[in-house]
Amino acid sequence: MEFNNNFILGCSAIGAGLAVIAGIGPGVGQGIAAGHAAAAVGRNPGAKGDITSTMLLGQAVAETTGLYGLLIAMLLLFVKPLLP
Amino acid sequence: MGQGVLLSTGAEIDFMVHGVFSYELFGQEVWITTTHVCVLIVMLVLTVFSVIAGRTMKKAQEVPKGFQNVVELIVEMLDNMVGSTMGKNATGFRNYIGTIFIFILISNISGLFGLRPPTADYGVTLPLGLLTFTLIHFNKFKYQKVSGVIKGLCDPWPFWAPINMIGDVAVPISLSLRLFANVLSGTVMMALVYGLLSKIAIVWPAVLHVYFDLFSGAIQTYVFCMLTMTYISDAMTTE
Repeated sequence: MEFNNNFILGCSAIGAGLAVIAGIGPGVGQGIAAGHAAAAVGRNPGAKGDITSTMLLGQAVAETTGLYGLLIAMLLLFVKPLLP
Repeated sequence: MGQGVLLSTGAEIDFMVHGVFSYELFGQEVWITTTHVCVLIVMLVLTVFSVIAGRTMKKAQEVPKGFQNVVELIVEMLDNMVGSTMGKNATGFRNYIGTIFIFILISNISGLFGLRPPTADYGVTLPLGLLTFTLIHFNKFKYQKVSGVIKGLCDPWPFWAPINMIGDVAVPISLSLRLFANVLSGTVMMALVYGLLSKIAIVWPAVLHVYFDLFSGAIQTYVFCMLTMTYISDAMTTE
């Protein structure tokens, strides 16, 4: 079956939009990490520096999956791999 | 492109890598891109800084003042970071980790000065990831010997080896993609703001610059170095 290029571009845009939904997971994960860090600081205010750096490190690692979704969206929109 | 009142613009949205000029090498067309130029600028800045720093430290005084303070602060901070993460393994890695830390940091925040950050090009971050990969496996073979490496691969069962291998290969890919995608997302966001809202983009994008360039860039630099150190000291521990 033959598709014209505009159809493929439109579907790529929809796919890009769907791919960015991957951002939900890291959002929830980072929120949980920040919440637990806040609880930890409440329990032991002396360790605030250590807790903050550990939290930021964990959040940055958790962010990766969301960024993969973003990368897929970018590839679909700007590299256009599906076009013949 | 649909244009509302706010979005009316003649400006092109532009965040891709551009070729500056091309030349022939062994029958292949090779492009010098904006990334090369930006890496060169970053390298130039770092070289000038280090030459000046070296000259200052040659006539160092007992009580530091002025520029000597700054240099000592930077070196001490990086040393402490490596020392507190790697413990007794830190000796050989202070130079390397410090170097990539400064390079990635300056690359990430070069977006502030109107450059396209070199780390927003996968061609820059993949070699950094591969360097980490090489270091991990060199140290693994050096400290755990071949028997230890094979034992590590066959953990927990021998038929688990392919999955462990995929896990090993995923390390440099995820390291480099993380850095690349973070910086790229910042670059794209700033390009969208300047391109689509060019009429009202006055002064307030500075806030976004602080977040995307300074905060995000610094965090990602820290994360890259931290993970590199963790993986290397993991590889260096023998049972």
